[in-house]
Amino acid sequence: MKFGVVIFPGSNCDHDALYALEHNLEQQSFPIWHESADLGGADAIVLPGGFSYGDYLRAGAIARFSPVMKAVRRFADSGGLVFGICNGFQMLVEARLLPGVLVRNRSLRFICRTVHLRVETTDSPFTNSCEKGQVLAMPIAHGEGCYYADDETLDRLERENRVAFRYTTPAGELSDEANPNGSLRQIAGVLSEGRNVLGMMPHPERAADPAMGSTDGLVLFRSMVASLISTR
Amino acid sequence: MTTITADVVEQHGLTDEEYDRIVSKLGREPNITELGIISVMWSEHCSYKSSRRHLKRLPTQGKDILVGPGENAGIVDIGGGYAAAFKIESHNHPSFVEPFQGAATGVGGILRDIFTMGARPIAVMDSLRFGPLDDTPSGVRNRHILQGVVGGIAHYGNCFGVPTVGGECVFEPGYSANPLVNAFALGVFPKNRIFFGKASGVGNPVIYVGAKTGRDGIHGASMASAEFDEDSEEKRPNVQVGDPFLEKLLLEACLEAMETGAVQGIQDMGAAGLTCSTCEMGSRGGAGIEIDLRHVPQRETGMTAYEIMLSESQERMLLVAERGREQEVFRVFKKWGLDAAEIGVVTSNGLLRVKDHGQVVAEIPNSLLTDDAPLYDRPQTRPLRSAPLDGPSLGVPDGQALADALRRLVSSADLCSKRWIYEQYDYMVRTNTTLGPGADAAVVRVKEAGVSLAMSLDGNGRYTSLDPQEGAKLAVAECCRNLATVGAAPLGATNCLNFGNPEKPEIMAQLVASIEGMGEACRHFDAPITGGNVSLYNETLGRGIYPTPVVGVVGRLDHSGVPVGIDFRQPGRKLVLLGGLLPGAQGPDAQLQRRFGSSQYAKVVVGEVWGLPPMLDMDYEKRVQEAVREIVRQSVAESVHDVSDGGLAVAVAECSFNQAGVGARLELESPLPAHYVLFHEAPSRVLLSTTDEGLQTIRDVAQRHQVEASVIGSTISDHFEVHLNRAELFRVEIRDLYERWDKALEEMLEPQ
Repeated sequence: MKFGVVIFPGSNCDHDALYALEHNLEQQSFPIWHESADLGGADAIVLPGGFSYGDYLRAGAIARFSPVMKAVRRFADSGGLVFGICNGFQMLVEARLLPGVLVRNRSLRFICRTVHLRVETTDSPFTNSCEKGQVLAMPIAHGEGCYYADDETLDRLERENRVAFRYTTPAGELSDEANPNGSLRQIAGVLSEGRNVLGMMPHPERAADPAMGSTDGLVLFRSMVASLISTR
Repeated sequence: MTTITADVVEQHGLTDEEYDRIVSKLGREPNITELGIISVMWSEHCSYKSSRRHLKRLPTQGKDILVGPGENAGIVDIGGGYAAAFKIESHNHPSFVEPFQGAATGVGGILRDIFTMGARPIAVMDSLRFGPLDDTPSGVRNRHILQGVVGGIAHYGNCFGVPTVGGECVFEPGYSANPLVNAFALGVFPKNRIFFGKASGVGNPVIYVGAKTGRDGIHGASMASAEFDEDSEEKRPNVQVGDPFLEKLLLEACLEAMETGAVQGIQDMGAAGLTCSTCEMGSRGGAGIEIDLRHVPQRETGMTAYEIMLSESQERMLLVAERGREQEVFRVFKKWGLDAAEIGVVTSNGLLRVKDHGQVVAEIPNSLLTDDAPLYDRPQTRPLRSAPLDGPSLGVPDGQALADALRRLVSSADLCSKRWIYEQYDYMVRTNTTLGPGADAAVVRVKEAGVSLAMSLDGNGRYTSLDPQEGAKLAVAECCRNLATVGAAPLGATNCLNFGNPEKPEIMAQLVASIEGMGEACRHFDAPITGGNVSLYNETLGRGIYPTPVVGVVGRLDHSGVPVGIDFRQPGRKLVLLGGLLPGAQGPDAQLQRRFGSSQYAKVVVGEVWGLPPMLDMDYEKRVQEAVREIVRQSVAESVHDVSDGGLAVAVAECSFNQAGVGARLELESPLPAHYVLFHEAPSRVLLSTTDEGLQTIRDVAQRHQVEASVIGSTISDHFEVHLNRAELFRVEIRDLYERWDKALEEMLEPQ
């Protein structure tokens, strides 16, 4: 499979995603410059973490206007897999490809630490190789990762089984202490209506190599490969 | 134009003798622009006029050194065809005046020093010093400074995309109103692709790239070369403002431009901005540089030549390209949306010639600005020493008092968890951090070279204030020991010398003695100095800091896997203290009592500091380090932790704090009083946990290196117990100690 990783000015997890896809997942991957009008024939798109355009206004708020985002939207609309990680998630909500917003962490500080996520649905191209309720250990590193939406949106996400992950304890239990940033209903990742767009704040590409202490993130990329093969 | 009067000369921080020297070298009176240019280049910060003579005594040669002092950063060979560039630099004065921007631009400056040599930065560490975080007005202010500094480092490093992988943070009264912010950065690159800050090829274009020039930071270097007084807060306009996003673009664009092969030389604009980069590049290349300021991209209108030359606006670089290939360079900067402008040419006349719209506004020989800058042999007396040699009588604390002391120590500002700080730093970006904050040494893998680099920063102002020479030696020894605990041997070192006013003979004596000690230890442990920085005049209202030489050592591991850490992993393992309980101690004599006065126990529990730093036997220390490296390389230790601040008891507690619920039972035998055994900070000691099989190997290795290796107990579940000479002293719950250790800093910073 060919993964395209979009590089925005200020992306800084682009190399990490390319490395994980290439070396840990052993799939093809290539960079796509933000000014590109097309996606170079990618089978799936990753919007990586970082500080696109410095994120001085609101994280992801400028990146959504990048020329490449038109192509990304067309790709998503036609059912292509789009995976936004951290800053990529922030861009997807700013671009309205996903509902809700990401506001500053409730501590008002940047937080970098390993957290635990519970897989809330296996009915998606990103989680089909997981088990429901499976707990994954993965790092977060963000200042604006508190997921926020009105009750109606949150109810709808739950009703439609579109909450992909929640922050939990290592045992998979919900608790306020296990919620690192104050996200409403402990939401760490959400799916689009068509289930082909996923945004999440934690970094699966940082949990893809044994040398990094966890390989729990690989299962998400493996799910994508399995899904692409089955729909080919 | 301003006339040069005695007042103007004084405002530029120049003495009458220095001004006379300018006139005689120049053969005429300088104009105001020239005076400004010369004054910043002759400032302590840029010229090292008080320290240069003494720095020459540091060892700078070694088999792995590719580039030594004098360049933007030192470079060592890391094998596999790759090299690492690294350096530490201070940003103390700006961080006091404006903590957030001061610290942020400190990180920005050191990152530029690394990528200007062609290396991609892959790790940052910080050595921080603040005043106590108590409830007094100055304590409240210290909190504010710390929060600003940490926020600034996080802001810059996180956005730039470099992991902050470790560092140190220490609190002493002397750092109130004199915080120290020393930032270290390291980058890697193929060793055949090193770039230098050198102008060569007469007629080659001189190109300005990056941010536009504004009026910020004018005379920043001069501010960093004077003491502070009541009005120092008014110096806020002297502090620059950083833009990490721009720096990230600058990094990518510079590395890409270097790949074109059209770049001949490149240097960042740091302290003294355009002035320093033009004259240093010319001087290193044995050439001259002529620029016209009308071509300099400017953010503000109406800037004078003086202001443009002295601006310290951030995120700017100066490069020399090959004539005829400048379009290749411009194309790259355009892609990244950055300004790039040809502002001048390389000449052969050895002059820095500055024009403004064709008219010459300054013309100074490069040599006057660099090699001919003043050099002082400032008078020295005995190093300043304020603490008494002998301390109070301590009696013999009982078990409960010892347990209380341990609780106080693990929750003290110096020894408690620094999680509140390091969680604000992205310490994992680039997915290379195999050992991050909280470890003895930070370790990052270098994927492309198949190796890892271990790095550690250390400096102990309390030790150095009691004995500058020994204190500096201890800092180098501890850094090298930290590297040994992960199996690495030093490749090279960098230093940041933070001291008070060198015009005071007793302060100058501290500086000289510290350099002496550092040189001795760097030679002994094969850690040559590849560069660094000197920060003097760290005084406010005449009160100086503890003399604080900070050293950073970088070493290599020949694998890119997970190194051994400090955490105990299993109950039922043997605990081995390599090096012995108190190396060199003869008994509970006056020497031991004096050397206890520099410990954290003395500072935190007794509340006084006296005596001398711990005794260091460098030959024994080296043997211990060699033994540890061998043990670690044979993978027979499950955990390895250097015994340092707080002594043995604190080291054991730290190994228990990974939340796995593994504690320890110590069964110690010693004729010495318990508080010495548990809390003395003698160096040359490393705590290991191992299996029964591993123990034999450890003993064999230790014996071969003539190093003591005593079994001092075992790991157990949930508790920390101490027995001395078969009597139980105390038993505490790991959970309780952990909670105190983990929460302490947050409680000090955000009191309820």
